[in-house]
Amino acid sequence: MKRTLHKLWRWFDDRLGISDLVGPSMYHLVPRDAAWWYVFGSATTVAFIVQIVTGVALTFSFVSSSSQAYDTLVFISDKAPFGHFLRGLHYYGASAMILMIGAHMAQTFLFGAYKYPREMNWTTGVFLLLFTLMMGFTGQLLRWDQTAAWSVVIAAEQAGRVPLIGDWLARLILGGNTIGGATLSRFFAVHVFIVPAVMFVFIGLHVWLVLRHGITAAPRAGQPVNPETYRKEYHELLEKDGIPFWPDGAWRDFVFGTLLILVIAALALWAGPPPIETPPDPSIIQAYPKPDWYLLWYFALLALIPSRLEGYVMVLGPVLVGIILLVVPLLSNKGERAPSRRPWSIAVVLLSVIMIGSLWIEGLRAPWTPDFEAKPLPVEVVGTGSGIVFEGSRVFAAKACINCHQIDGHGGQRGPELTYVGDKLSRSDLITRIVNGGVNMPAYAGTLKPEEMDAVVAFLQSRIRVPNDAKKADVSAKR
Amino acid sequence: MNNIADSPLPVRSPHVDDPKAISRRGFLEKLCLSLAGVCTAILAVPVVGFVIAPLFRKSPRKWVTMGKISDFAVGQTVNVTITDPSSLPWAGITARSGVWLRRETETEFIAFSVNCTHLGCPVRWMKDAELFMCPCHGGVFYKDGKVAAGPPQRPLPRYNVQVVNGEVQIEAAPIPIQTALS
Repeated sequence: MKRTLHKLWRWFDDRLGISDLVGPSMYHLVPRDAAWWYVFGSATTVAFIVQIVTGVALTFSFVSSSSQAYDTLVFISDKAPFGHFLRGLHYYGASAMILMIGAHMAQTFLFGAYKYPREMNWTTGVFLLLFTLMMGFTGQLLRWDQTAAWSVVIAAEQAGRVPLIGDWLARLILGGNTIGGATLSRFFAVHVFIVPAVMFVFIGLHVWLVLRHGITAAPRAGQPVNPETYRKEYHELLEKDGIPFWPDGAWRDFVFGTLLILVIAALALWAGPPPIETPPDPSIIQAYPKPDWYLLWYFALLALIPSRLEGYVMVLGPVLVGIILLVVPLLSNKGERAPSRRPWSIAVVLLSVIMIGSLWIEGLRAPWTPDFEAKPLPVEVVGTGSGIVFEGSRVFAAKACINCHQIDGHGGQRGPELTYVGDKLSRSDLITRIVNGGVNMPAYAGTLKPEEMDAVVAFLQSRIRVPNDAKKADVSAKR
Repeated sequence: MNNIADSPLPVRSPHVDDPKAISRRGFLEKLCLSLAGVCTAILAVPVVGFVIAPLFRKSPRKWVTMGKISDFAVGQTVNVTITDPSSLPWAGITARSGVWLRRETETEFIAFSVNCTHLGCPVRWMKDAELFMCPCHGGVFYKDGKVAAGPPQRPLPRYNVQVVNGEVQIEAAPIPIQTALS
C-alpha cells in the first residue's frame, strides 16, 4: 500500500514538477541563528491568509449596496450561524496584520536587514504596509454604519486639500457629489478586488526576494556589511553552518502563526467584532465618527496640530513619511547592522512607538471633543440650590460652557478646567474672557443677557479652593 | 532556480549574432509589445471611463422643499432632513442629509450645511448657547455660521434658499469640500 502510494506520488511529481517547484524554497539553507525574532513576517502572512479566507466567506452574505449593506451586516452579526465569529476573525485578523507588519518592520530596521543586497525587500515591504493600511481603512468603511459613512466624508475632505486635483479626488472617493448609491460599491471593489490583487503581486515579489537573497544572519557588532564581499560571506556561512528552512527553520513560524490564529479566534469569540450601530443615514446628526484603533493616532494628530499647518500635514505628512521609509535602504545600505552600533536606530523605533502610542492614547480620550452628554451641575457641586450662584450654574449649562469646561469632574475637557477658576481670575478677567472669547472659545457678547452674565460670573467666582473666610484669615495671618 | 541551463527543454536566446535574425526578431518583439499595448488600451479606456464616470455625472440643480414658512419660528434654528433629488435609485437612506435652517426674520432664511469646514463631520446646534459644535475635533460656529472656536478656518457653508408660494426651499448642493491648504 505504502509502496503504491509512493509510486503514485512519484508519477504525479514527475508530471507536475512539484518537488522541482517548491523543493528549492523548502530546503534552502538559512542561518542557524535565525530564531524567534524572524517570525513576524510569516505571522503577517498568516494574518493575511485569515483575512482572505474570512473575507471571502463574508462576501457570501454581504451586499455592497449603499441601502442594503447595513441590513446584511446586522444579519451577519446577529442571525447567520458563525457570522458574529467570522466578523470577529476578520476584524482581529486585520488588527493582527497591522501589528505584525509593524513588528516585522521594526525588527528588520533594528537588525539592519534592509542593507545590501536586500534593499528591495524593504521597498516592497513599505508598499505592503501602505496597502495594508488601505485595506484597514476601506474595511472599516465596508462596515457600513454611521461611522463608516462619515469616515468617507472625512476622507474626502482630506483628499480635497491636495493641490490642483483635490476636489477631483474627493468626488472620486465619494463616488459623486454626495454620499449615495455609488459610494459603497466603489469601496467594495477597492477592498475586495483591487488592493488584494496588488497585494498578491507584492507579497509574491517580497517572498521571491526573501528566497533570492536569503534571510539575514543575526546581526553581530563588528561584522559590517560590505557589498563587495557580502554575498560570498553569506554563502560561506550558509554552507558551513546553515540549516534547511523546512523544517528546522520553519517550525517556529508554524508555532507562532498558530498562536496568532488562536489569539485572533479567542478575541473574536470573547471580545467580538465592533458592533454595528446607527445606520448610515447622513441626516442623523448625533454622530461621533472615530476611526478604528489603527488610525486613531492619526485622527488625534489632526486634532492637535495647529490649524494653519493642518492642510500641509494632511497632504505632505503621509507623502513625507512614505519617502523617508522608501529611502532608508538607499541612505545606508552598508556598514554595521548590529543595533548596539546603530543606537539611533533604537531611538527611531522607540520614538515612533512613543509618538504613535501617546497620540493613540489622546485619540482614545479625545479631550478636544465637546461633551454633548454633559448635564447641569448637581446641587452638591454648586454648593447651593438657589440664589445667583445657582442660577449662574444653570446658565453655565444652558450656554454650553459645561460642554467644554470641567468642574469637579463634570463636563467636557475641550477648554481649561474651571473647578478653582475663582482663585485665578478676577470678576473683570472673567467678563473679558466670556465677552470676547479666545482662540478656542466662542465670544458670548451677543448671547448672554446682562443678568445671565452676572449670574455666571458670580457662579465662576464661587469656584475656589478654600472658602472666602478661610482665605481672608490666611491672608491676614501672613501679614 | 530558474536558470535557463536547468530548463527541461532546449532553449535559444533570441539575441544571437545574426543581424538578419536580430532585425526579424526585433520586429516580432516590437509587434508583440505593440499588440499588448493595443489590448491594454482596448480594456483600459472603458474601465477607466467607467470608474471615473461619477466625476462627470451632472447633478441637475433642483430645489427641495423644507416646509411651510409657518413651520419655522423667527430666530429659531432647526434641523431639517432632505433627500438628494438626484440620488441613485438604490441609495436608500444614504441619499438623505441634514440641513440647519434658521429663520432670521419674517422673510429671511439661512440654510447651513451640517458639514463642519474642518473635516466634514456633522455639527450640532446648541439651542440656548446659539452655537454649532462639532463632535470630531471641537470646531464651534456662531448662529450666523462664522467660526467661533476650534480648528475650522471657514464659516459653515450655506445653501441657496428661496420662498415660493409660502414654502421654504433650498437648492440641493454637493457636500462642500475644502480645497485650501490653510
